[in-house]
Amino acid sequence: MEVTVKLFAYFRDGRFKEAASTLSDEETTPRNVIESLAIDMDDVGVIMVNNRHAAADYRLHNNDVLAIFPRIGGG
Amino acid sequence: MADKIFRVNMTDLTTSIEDVPADWAGLGGRGLTSTIVAAEVEPTCHPLGHRNKIIIAPGMLSGTVAANSGRISIGAKSPLTGTIKEANAGGTAAQMLAKSGCKALIIEGLPKGDSWYNLHLTADSITINKETELIGKGNFAVIDAVADRLNDKHGVISIGQAGEMKLLSANISIKDPDSNLRSCGRGGLGAVLGSKRIKFISIAPTDAKVDIANQEAFTAANRTFTKALVDNPISQALGQYGTNVLVNIINESGGLPTRNFTSGQFDGHEAISGETMYDTIVEREGKPKHNCHKGCVIQCSQIYNDVNKAYKTSGFEYESIWAMGADCCVDNLDHIAEADHLMDDMGIDSIETSVAMAVAMEAGVLDFGDGAEVCRILKEEVANGTPLGHIIGCGAGNVGRTFGVTRVPVVKNQAIPAYDPRAIKGIGITYCTSTQGADHTMGYTIATNILGVGGSVDPLSKEGQIELSRNLQIATAAIDSTGMCLFIAFAALDDEKCLPALVDMLNARFGINLTADDVTSLGSTILKTEHDFNLAAGFTNKDDRLPEFFSEEPIAPHNVVWDISGEEIDTFWDF
Repeated sequence: MEVTVKLFAYFRDGRFKEAASTLSDEETTPRNVIESLAIDMDDVGVIMVNNRHAAADYRLHNNDVLAIFPRIGGG
Repeated sequence: MADKIFRVNMTDLTTSIEDVPADWAGLGGRGLTSTIVAAEVEPTCHPLGHRNKIIIAPGMLSGTVAANSGRISIGAKSPLTGTIKEANAGGTAAQMLAKSGCKALIIEGLPKGDSWYNLHLTADSITINKETELIGKGNFAVIDAVADRLNDKHGVISIGQAGEMKLLSANISIKDPDSNLRSCGRGGLGAVLGSKRIKFISIAPTDAKVDIANQEAFTAANRTFTKALVDNPISQALGQYGTNVLVNIINESGGLPTRNFTSGQFDGHEAISGETMYDTIVEREGKPKHNCHKGCVIQCSQIYNDVNKAYKTSGFEYESIWAMGADCCVDNLDHIAEADHLMDDMGIDSIETSVAMAVAMEAGVLDFGDGAEVCRILKEEVANGTPLGHIIGCGAGNVGRTFGVTRVPVVKNQAIPAYDPRAIKGIGITYCTSTQGADHTMGYTIATNILGVGGSVDPLSKEGQIELSRNLQIATAAIDSTGMCLFIAFAALDDEKCLPALVDMLNARFGINLTADDVTSLGSTILKTEHDFNLAAGFTNKDDRLPEFFSEEPIAPHNVVWDISGEEIDTFWDF
């Protein structure tokens, strides 16, 4: 399964801004992707899949766009 | 030093220093400005006429060492919205006024004749002086002139050319610790100060300190409070990327108003994002972190340099960058920074003016994406007061009316800021019901709708949005009275030690025994006072609505419309 992974703010440091990722049949959740990138789950603020908020254990589908943000705010 | 009310009457050019009425003693910031406006301003008066008053008040904790407590509130009846108005900002003035024992400065009346004036405030006096040299000049020239005439330790509150011309988007600028500017931005308060023909107010430095009833308890509470702010991960991200960290997440959510509110995503988002801005600042040897007032531990401001590594702007905020960027389709951060600098100097609201520019783009006055032309219009037309400059400088609603545009994103004639209410419905309730026209800061539901702070409420669902907005609007009215920066709310919503420490500081400062419920009750009372003023000014529940295009034009990528009914919106006031 192919998904597009987008990272934001300091999650990009030493990683990437956007990349295609191939997931195995056993690893189909945002949590799997986050762990594979060595991002601490406690640092994650918001996960979106296809522009909608999603839980860490959401089941991803082929061609999904996964966006991972640290805890951020502004206004 | 005992707090006093400083009063200036511009009709007969007299001043007085008065005792604080008992009813006002427990108030500060927005709670005090709105209470005084409600008590002393006729709701139906012309905002630029002799019956309007302008009230300037530091917050309840301003002038103490409490972290992030240096916000100043300015209130009046707004010439842009016709409602009551409070706008707050950082800078040095709040702390200096509080140390001078000025609980509030009330400016009333209008001078006869065409002279201009400045005011000079010390710990025991306020004087009215004729001003000639600085008329027609921008805010930076005012700050330089005050430093030359007096010294650079003085506080400055001033208007630029926009305020002098009584443009309805004119703001009031506050000098920051580096002699740059912070803005009481929204609602045209600069036009009210301009109507009273006051170019600036200088505040003398003082060695006086504010009274603290229980110093030991105050110090302990401030330590807890400061730790909660510093430890909060959102505070830390604000320090690195500024508020502009929001461009990418709001774009990803589909709620970034683009091309005059016709899309929820902007192709050029990455070029104007907080991440790009941070890299640019570092590359050009600016400062990613900067505090707008002494004692701020979040430091969301920054120094943004131009390509030659020379200062261009500071306090370069998400709202301004969104408005001049995505809403006008300008994907060049340097054009946006130039526009931001020009707007700061002439003293005009960077949200209202940029949204007005996008409406002008829709009208064909200039092309979407033409950042150079935006800067030319600001510099040559608005700052010089040409007819086009007046049209744009009087706001988005005015541009729409002048050119026959129907897609005009305003509520109560104030431009809607950086979150589309169709895709983020909680903020739509805030825009509708805010006592001051469309204003995200009045009840920042983005925290819970998008950022996962203070729980989570689905941004696309109708469920829970009214209660969310109401709770946040009440809490915000209370925070705006303390002198605290609103960004303490991120820690307050998620760290259980933060809010009790704030209440403890209020109690230790004044020797009182407020509970958290009392603070909530203060927020409710302020909102109702403001709402009652608006009703008496002629507003009805029918004014608490979004423009009709939001209900009729679906916005990409979610293809949603605004679908919360008037009857549902009206339940906001059931408290």
